[in-house]
Amino acid sequence: MWQEAVDWLTYTLLGLDKGSLLGGAINFFIYDMVKIIFLLTLVIYGIAIIRSFIPADKVRAILSSKNEYVGNVLAGLFGIITPFCSCSAVPLFIGFVEAGVPLGVTFSFLVASPMINEIALGLLWSLFGWKIALIYVGSGLVIAIVAGIIIGRLGLERWVEEFVYQIKVGKTATEAMKITWKARSSDAWGYTRALVKKIIPYIAIGIGIGAFIHGYAPEELLSRVAARTNPLAVPTAVLIGIPLYSNAAGTIPIVTALVGKGVPMGTALAFMMSVTALSLPEMVILRKVLKKQLLAVFFGTVGIAIIFTGYLFNLVI
Amino acid sequence: MEIKVLGPGCANCKKLEANVFEAVSQLDVDADIQKIEDIQEIMSYGILSTPGLVVNGKVKVSGKVPSVAEIKAILEG
Repeated sequence: MWQEAVDWLTYTLLGLDKGSLLGGAINFFIYDMVKIIFLLTLVIYGIAIIRSFIPADKVRAILSSKNEYVGNVLAGLFGIITPFCSCSAVPLFIGFVEAGVPLGVTFSFLVASPMINEIALGLLWSLFGWKIALIYVGSGLVIAIVAGIIIGRLGLERWVEEFVYQIKVGKTATEAMKITWKARSSDAWGYTRALVKKIIPYIAIGIGIGAFIHGYAPEELLSRVAARTNPLAVPTAVLIGIPLYSNAAGTIPIVTALVGKGVPMGTALAFMMSVTALSLPEMVILRKVLKKQLLAVFFGTVGIAIIFTGYLFNLVI
Repeated sequence: MEIKVLGPGCANCKKLEANVFEAVSQLDVDADIQKIEDIQEIMSYGILSTPGLVVNGKVKVSGKVPSVAEIKAILEG
């Protein structure tokens, strides 16, 4: 249905030649923009509604009363629906540790929250279908749980900055507010609108480049560089992804075009996970509460887990 | 009225601060608005996610940026 409408718009209304490179590129651009914005809005809104039922202090109360392994799993799940604002990471970390949430469980949350984000989920769903989107969530969750368990088992509490344990966290003075469905919905809608508006330019640029690659880039070149048989492709993709944090939304459509041109899905997913979960600004923020060694363990564990997932996908798909 | 905006200084915190100033000027009330960036002091309010809005010592909002209209409703009690 979408495709017919977009075909009509580009070839009949705009009168572009159906076989031409330009016509194909513009058709690809409009089709993807419409589909992505629609699904993205749906996913972000849905998650915002779910989130309104599970505020962070409720998460903390639940996590501090569970044993480690159950806690790791729950923390990963909560992390999925929690948006990650890098400046919120510090109060969240201190609040969790102070409430007696085990360090490993806190890390499961810290890994899942930025890695599995609603923007990536919406984009993957619209570009590759719900199966790939689900696999993305599933493997992100496994990474978060495993990384958290490893960090918990290593007993690295001594590498948390001392002041974290000394800080006096006040009793939450929030007044219990009854939230109506109407308020939930309008809150979620406001959040969704602001977020979608913010990322549309990135997506437009990303798809623009993607459309260009789709129409023009030579297939052999890309697939030779990032071929399945090249063992360094996955780690390289992860390394490239680290400094690209702020452009998460814009890089994914580029990834689409790359996949279309023969870059294996595992390599592409590893790149995306690296962009969203390993970032320099996050590292700088977390350095306030973690000593260098723990920061290195955190990024190392997540990085290795992502590379592993990339290889796994390339083997399976 | 004493208003505190809690947040280490990211985009959301600045947006909240701007909204608070706008709400206060629209209501034309006498308010002392402070921006709290010290993590120890932020934590003393027991919030888990920033930004936070504290009015007369009570946390009214945390983890989201309320609109000017919502802040006005909060300030008017």
